[in-house]
Amino acid sequence: MATVTLTVNGKSVTATVEPRTLLVQLLREQLALTGTHVGCDTSQCGACVVHVNGDSVKSCTMLAVQANGAQVTTIEGLATGDKLHPMQEAFRENHGLQCGFCTPGMVMSAVDFAKHHKSPTEQQIREWLEGNICRCTGYHNIVKAIKAGTEAMGRTA
Amino acid sequence: MSATGIGAPVRRKEDSRFLTGRGTYTDDINRPGQVHAFLLRSPHAHAELRRVDTTSAKAAPGVLAVFAGADMQVGGLPCGWLIHSKDGNPMAEPPHPVLAQGKVRHVGDPIAVVIAETRAQAKDAAELIVVDYQPLPAVVAGEDALKPGAPQLHEQAKGNLCYDWHLGDKQAVDAAFAKAAHVTRLDIVNNRLVANPMEPRAAIGEYDRASGEYTLYTTSQNPHVIRLLMGAFVLQLPEHKLRVVAPDVGGGFGSKIYHYAEEAIVTWAAPHVGRPIKWTAERGESFASDAQGRDHVTHAELALDKDGKFLALRVATIANLGAYLSTFSTAIPTYLYGTLLAGTYTTPAVYVEVKSAFTNTVPVDAYRGAGRPEACYVIERIVDTAARELKIDPAELRRRNFIPKDAYPYQTPVALTYDSGDYFTTLDMAMKAADYAGFAQRREAAAKRGKLRGIGIATYIEACGIAPSAVAGALGARAGLYETAELRVHPTGSVTVFTGTHSHGQGHETTFAQLVSDRLGLPLEMIDVVHGDTNKIPFGMGTYGSRSLPVGGSALVKAMDKVVNKGKKIAAHLLEAAEADIEFKDGKFSVAGTDRNVAFGQVAFAAYVPHNYPIEELEPGLDETAFYDPKNFTYPAGCHIAEIEIDRDTGDVAVVRFTAADDFGRIINPMIVEGQVHGGLAQGIGQALYENAVYSDDGQLVTGSFMDYCMPRADNLPSFDVATHATLCTHNPLGVKGCGEAGAIGAPAAIMNAVADALAPLGIGSLDMPATPERIWRAIAAKTMPQAA
Ligand code: FES
Ligand code: FES
Repeated sequence: MATVTLTVNGKSVTATVEPRTLLVQLLREQLALTGTHVGCDTSQCGACVVHVNGDSVKSCTMLAVQANGAQVTTIEGLATGDKLHPMQEAFRENHGLQCGFCTPGMVMSAVDFAKHHKSPTEQQIREWLEGNICRCTGYHNIVKAIKAGTEAMGRTA
Repeated sequence: MSATGIGAPVRRKEDSRFLTGRGTYTDDINRPGQVHAFLLRSPHAHAELRRVDTTSAKAAPGVLAVFAGADMQVGGLPCGWLIHSKDGNPMAEPPHPVLAQGKVRHVGDPIAVVIAETRAQAKDAAELIVVDYQPLPAVVAGEDALKPGAPQLHEQAKGNLCYDWHLGDKQAVDAAFAKAAHVTRLDIVNNRLVANPMEPRAAIGEYDRASGEYTLYTTSQNPHVIRLLMGAFVLQLPEHKLRVVAPDVGGGFGSKIYHYAEEAIVTWAAPHVGRPIKWTAERGESFASDAQGRDHVTHAELALDKDGKFLALRVATIANLGAYLSTFSTAIPTYLYGTLLAGTYTTPAVYVEVKSAFTNTVPVDAYRGAGRPEACYVIERIVDTAARELKIDPAELRRRNFIPKDAYPYQTPVALTYDSGDYFTTLDMAMKAADYAGFAQRREAAAKRGKLRGIGIATYIEACGIAPSAVAGALGARAGLYETAELRVHPTGSVTVFTGTHSHGQGHETTFAQLVSDRLGLPLEMIDVVHGDTNKIPFGMGTYGSRSLPVGGSALVKAMDKVVNKGKKIAAHLLEAAEADIEFKDGKFSVAGTDRNVAFGQVAFAAYVPHNYPIEELEPGLDETAFYDPKNFTYPAGCHIAEIEIDRDTGDVAVVRFTAADDFGRIINPMIVEGQVHGGLAQGIGQALYENAVYSDDGQLVTGSFMDYCMPRADNLPSFDVATHATLCTHNPLGVKGCGEAGAIGAPAAIMNAVADALAPLGIGSLDMPATPERIWRAIAAKTMPQAA
C-alpha cells in the first residue's frame, strides 16, 4: 500500500492505495468523484480526461501514486457554484451531449484545447478530439460547442 | 408555438447533471457492503469443458464465492420472438445457459463467476480456476455454418440452421422476372458491427432478507422487459419481489435491450453471499459479450421493364445469429428486414428468403436500425447498380418508381401498409441542399487535384413505433409492445410524468416535458419526467426502434386527455357551469364564451383538498395512467446524399459533404431531432467506411478493442447538412414517426453508392463495407497495375 497526497478540485486529500491503483480508480472509488468515467481499457476513449497541473490527462493512463503532490481538477470542479463554466454552458447551448457519458472527458479536454487556441478552425477542433470518442452525437454539435466555448473563454479571460 | 411546447428547440433539462459530473450511471452506484464480480470467459470459440475446478479460486484472498455452470442451475436466457420456417416448423431454439453447461460456443462465453471484496481480488482469483478445455473446430461465417460437414454448435439445431424463412409471392416474382427487359444482380455483405455505447454494461444485484426483495441496477433500455424475462424465465422470482432500475444509461443503440447473463448472475448470487454484488464490463468484455449487429450475406436481383420501372425484387440472405439466440435476434433478419424490402418504391412483387445460422461468434441482435439498414442497403445498392447499367440518372430512376404522393395508405407486397409519406419532396430537398446539379464540376475540379470524387443517393424507409401488439403476436412476438404513461398531478399543480420508455441519450426528460407544457400550459420547471425504475413507473416496454414518441408519447397524450377530462368535471363544479361548456386552453379551464375560468393549479388543488368538490360523482385526486397500443407502425423516410473523395494513392475516402432530408412526421424538439440524425449518420458512415467485427477462422475476435475496431473519430466525419419535411403520421395522436435510427439506415448505402460512383470510371464494380483504404487501394491497383495486385 502507498500513501498519496494531492489536491483535488481545490481540496487537499490523502489516500492509501495499492500501487497498481489508477488515478481514475482513486477518483471514482475512493473519492466518490464519479463524474470521471471509464469507457475503455486501452486508453482510447477519453471518457476519463481530467486536468493534472492544468493539462488534460487520461486518468486511466496514470497511476494514483504518480499524481502525488499534483493539482487535479475533475468535471465536478469546473463550475463555480451553480454557474456553469463557459465550456459547460456551450455544450448545453449547442446540444453537445446526448447520453452524457463521454461528456466530462470531452469538456475537460475542450477546456485544455481552448487554452491553446484562441479562434480555432473546425479542423483544429476535430483533430484535437482524436483521443475522445463519442458514440452519440456524431461530433457535429460537440465541434460547434467547443468553438463557441473557446470563444466564450477568450472573452472572459 | 410556445417557447417550451411542441416544435421549440428547448435546451435539455438533463444536461446540467451530465455536464457537472452528477449523472448517476450504474457503475457510479455503490451499495453498502458491496462486493465485486468478475467473470471467467472462454478463450476458445468452441470447446468442451471437461472439468471446471474452482477450489483454489475459492481459497484466494478476499473471495466470498465462486460459481460455475454446475452450481447455478437456473433457466436459460429466453428468446422473445418465435419464427416459423417456410415448411411451418418452429425455429430451432437451443438453450442459452447463463453459465456454460459442458460446452462453450464463442470466445467470451461465461464459464464461472468469482465474487470478492474487491474487483482486483476477483480478477486475480479467476486466474486460479482450472478449466480443462477440449477444443473443437469452430465456424464463424453464416454461409460456412450452413455447409455440409460444418462443425455443429447445438444438438437442437441440425446443420446450424435456426430457420429457413420466407416472405412474399414467389410465383409472382418468377413471372415478373420471366418478362423483364433488364435484370440487375448484386452480391453484397452487410458487415458485422459492435454497438459500443461509451458506457460499458454494468449490473448490481442486491437482496433484502427482511422483505425478500431483490433489486437489480442495470444498464438497460427497458427495465420492465428485464424484470419479466429474468424474473419469470431465468430465476423464477415473483415480479412483486423484483425491482429493476436502469438509471442514467450511457448510450444503448440496441445493445442494452437484451437480457444478459451477468444481470441474472449478480441477482441470483446476492442472497448466496449476503452482500450486494457489482459487475462492470471492461471494454474488452463488451466486445466479447454485448450482442453485435448486422452480419448478412445477400444475393439480390431486380427485374425492370424497358422504361426502368421495377417489376420485381428477389432476395436471398444468410443471417449470422452468433452462438446463441439473443432476446430479439430472430426477428431482426425476418420481420424487421424482409418486410422493408419494398422500400420507397412501387415494386409490385417481392420475394425474400432468409436462412439464419448459428456460428461460434458473439450473438447478434438489433443494432441501431436493426434489419432496416440491411434492407435499405440491399434496395439502394441494387437500384443504383441498375441505374448505372441502364445509364439512367439514379435520382431519375428512383423518381420513376417512388410510391406516388396520393397513394396512401399504400399496401406493399411484403405485409406493411404505409400510412403517409412524400419521397419526392425529401429527394428534391436533399438534391438541392447537396447541389447535386453542380456535382459534375466538383468532380472535374477534384480530378485536377488527382482525387476521385463520387456522389451517392439513398432513399430509405423504416418501420418504427414498434408495435401493434396483436400484429406482432401473430408474427411470433412473445410480448406486447404497447407503452404506458402515468401523469401524476400534485396538489399544488406541478406534475410528474412516469413513462415506460427509457432515455439513454434521447432527451426524454425534455421532450416529454414539452408535450406536457404544450398541452397543460405549465412551465418546464413544474414538470419532471421519471423513467427507468420498475418500482416507480407503470409496466412499459422501454426504448428501441424509435418507439418512444410514437408509442410512449401517445400514451402520455392519452393520460393527459384523461387528466383534462377529469379537470373539466372539477372545473364545472367550481365554476358552477355545465361540463359540456368547459374549455381547457393555455393552462385554464374556462366557461365557453365567458371570461370565467379557473387555473389548472386551482383544479389540482381542489382535486386533493376536496372541500368544494363533486365528491358524490367524482373520486378525489388527479393522477391518470394510460396504455397505448399502436394501430400500425410509423414510417419515417427520407433521402441521404453523400459526396466523397478518394485519394488514388492511399485509397483513403474522405466524406466531404453529407446531406440528409428526413420525414419524421411532427417534430417536438428540432434540436434533439437534429442531434439524433447526426449520431445516426456517424454510425452509418462508420459502418460504410470504418467499422468491422472481424473474426479469425478459429473464432477469435480480431477487432476486440478500440485499438483494432475503428470507431469513427471527430476527424473522420464532416459537419452534416440536415433538414426535415413533415408528412404527419395518420394514426397516432401526435402525428410523430420517430427519428432515432434514420441516420444509420440511409447513410451506409449513400456512402457506398458514392464510392461506387467515384470508382466506376476505373471499371471497378461493387465493393463491400467497410470501404477501407486497403480495400479501395487493392481495387484500384487491380485495375491500374494488375501485376501489383
Ligand atoms: S477510460 Fe478510455 S481513455 Fe481512459
Ligand atoms: S454523448 Fe453519449 S457518448 Fe458522447
